[in-house]
Amino acid sequence: MSQPESAVADAQAGGRSGEPLAKLAERYGLRRAIARPRFPVYVRQLLERRHFILTYATSRNVSKYSNSALGQLWQVLTPLLNAAIYFLMFGIILGGNKNITNYPAFLLTGMFIFTYTQRTVTAGAKSISGNLSLIRALHFPRASLPLAYTIQELQQLAISMGVLLSLVVITKEPPNWFWLMIPIVLLLQTMFNVGAGLVIARLGSSMRDLNQLLPFITRTWLYASGVFFSIQDKVVGSAGLPQWVANVMYLNPAASYIEWMRDILIQSHHPENGHNPPLMVLVSCVSWAVFALGFGFWYFWRAEERYGRG
Amino acid sequence: MAELTKELSQVKGQEPAVPDKDVRVHPDPAPAGKRPPLDVPTGTPTVIVDDLHIVYRVYGAASDNEKGNAVNALTRLLKRQGRPQMKEVHAVKGVTFVAYHGDAIGIVGRNGSGKSTLLRAIAGLLPPHAGAVYTDGQPSLLGVNAALMRELTGERNIVLGCYAMGMTPSEVREKYQEIVDFSGIDEFVQLPMSTYSSGMGARLRFAISSAKTHDVLLIDEALATGDREFRRKSEERIRHIRESAGTVFLVAHDLKVIEQTCNRVIWLHKGKIKMDGEPGEVLAAYNKG
Repeated sequence: MSQPESAVADAQAGGRSGEPLAKLAERYGLRRAIARPRFPVYVRQLLERRHFILTYATSRNVSKYSNSALGQLWQVLTPLLNAAIYFLMFGIILGGNKNITNYPAFLLTGMFIFTYTQRTVTAGAKSISGNLSLIRALHFPRASLPLAYTIQELQQLAISMGVLLSLVVITKEPPNWFWLMIPIVLLLQTMFNVGAGLVIARLGSSMRDLNQLLPFITRTWLYASGVFFSIQDKVVGSAGLPQWVANVMYLNPAASYIEWMRDILIQSHHPENGHNPPLMVLVSCVSWAVFALGFGFWYFWRAEERYGRG
Repeated sequence: MAELTKELSQVKGQEPAVPDKDVRVHPDPAPAGKRPPLDVPTGTPTVIVDDLHIVYRVYGAASDNEKGNAVNALTRLLKRQGRPQMKEVHAVKGVTFVAYHGDAIGIVGRNGSGKSTLLRAIAGLLPPHAGAVYTDGQPSLLGVNAALMRELTGERNIVLGCYAMGMTPSEVREKYQEIVDFSGIDEFVQLPMSTYSSGMGARLRFAISSAKTHDVLLIDEALATGDREFRRKSEERIRHIRESAGTVFLVAHDLKVIEQTCNRVIWLHKGKIKMDGEPGEVLAAYNKG
C-alpha cells in the first residue's frame, strides 16, 4: 500500500522538471527551512528579540499572581514569609549556630541568594519542554525562553533583595559604601544563572525525567552550599576535615555568590578582610559567571533546530 | 492499494484525454490567471518539499501492560531502551511538491492526516526526520495563540503577541490601534482574555497574528472562527495578505473557503499526498472519497 503511493508522489515531483529538487532549490536560491544560524548571527538575533524576552518575562510575572486576591502584593509577601519560616526553623527551633554572629542576616542572605539560582535552574528545565506549542508555532531564537525565565526570576529577586536589605538593616548592619558592590555580585550570579538555565533547558527538552530529579539535586546543592551553616566551621572545625575540602566547597558557584554577598552585608562575617571576600571566592564568582554564560549559549545553540521535536 | 487504483480510475474517468503520468501533476493554471503557468520554466519556486518525513514524539501514550512497572522501567534503563510512554508518530511520510510564486495552496485531508504537521515543517518549526524543505524567505505560520496568556489583559496580549512575532516597538505602537479596531473588542481590551467569549478571543488572536506581513504565509484553520461579519472581514484580509505574500498555504475543513481562495489543492491522506491539482477536481474526488 505504501509503496505505490509514494511512487506516485515521486513521479509527480521529479517527472516535471527532471532535475533533483535539491538542485532546483539551489538554482533559485532557496534555503533549508530549518537551519541553525552561525553562532554570532544567533546571538545577534537573540539581541534583536530583547523586547519579546522582556515582555514575556514581565507578562509571566504579572499573570502568576493575577488570580489571587492580594495580587502583586505576593511578590513581596512570598519572600517575607519565606524569611519568617527559615528564621523560625533554623534560627529559633534548631537553635541556630552559636559561632555565627548575626545568624538571621547570615541565614537570610544565604537563603535568598541560593533561591535565585535554584529557581532559575528549576524554571529553566521546563522552559523548552513546557513551551512546545509556542516553539511549534513561532520563529524566534529558542534561547529567548530560558533567558526570559531567568529574567523573570531576576525581577522576583529585585523585590526579594529589597526585603533582604531591610531585614539586614533591622539586624543592625547599617548600609555602607560596600553595598555598591551588590549589583556586581548579582550581575555575576545572573550571568551564571543564564548559563546554567540554558544548559538545563537543553537537557530538560530531551530528558523528561529531569523535572522529577531536580528537586533532589537542588536540595543536595542547598546543603552543600552552606546556606544554614558556615562551611569553614562545620567542615574544618566540627568535622575535622582538611582545609582543602572546605575550599573546594567554597568553589561551588552557589556558595561563592553567597559568601561574597555575606561579606558585603555582614560586618563581622570575614573580620580579617573587612567587607571584601577572599581572593579565592572572588575568582570563583567571576570564572563561573564567564564560563557558564559562554558554555551555556554554545551548548544550547548546538541543538537549536531540534527543540521543536519534543 | 485497491483504494488507490479506484482513485486513479476516478480521476482518469473525468479527464480521459490527459496521459496517465500527468493526472496528478498540476493541470492548467487556474482560470483567474494570477500566476504564471506552472510548467513554464519562468515560474519561480518559493517552497520545495523534497521527500519529507516528519516523526513526532508523543509522551504518555503507553499501552496498559507496558507502563507503571518499576522493574520494567529499570530493565529498560539498563538496556538503554527508550521509554514505552514515548511513542513515535510518523505523521508525514514522504511528501514531495513544489510551490510557486503566487500559488495559494489549500491542504485538505481528514483529521490526523498530517496537514498541520506539514505546515509546521514548511515553517521550519519541526525538524524533518528525512528529506528537506527549501524555502524562499521565512515562511510564517499564522498563529500567535501559543504566546498569549489568558490571565492577561487584551492590551498586554497584543503587545506580547506582536513582540513574539518579531515586531519592533515602533511597529507595535503603529499596529496597536489597527489590531484593536479590526478585532472589534473595544473596551474589552482592558480586561483579561479569560473573560472573553470564545468568539472575541478568536477575533483578537486573528487580528494579532494577521497584523504582520509575510513572504510565505501558512494558515491553519484560522477562518473558521467568529461571527459572519468577522468571517467576511477576515477572508478579505486573507485575500489581501495573499496578494502581498508570495505563496499562501491554507488548511481548512471548510471546503468552500478553499475553493474560493485557492488555485491548487493538495489532498493529504495518512501522511502522504493522495492527490494534487486544481481545486474543483481534487475537491470533487475528496468529497467522493
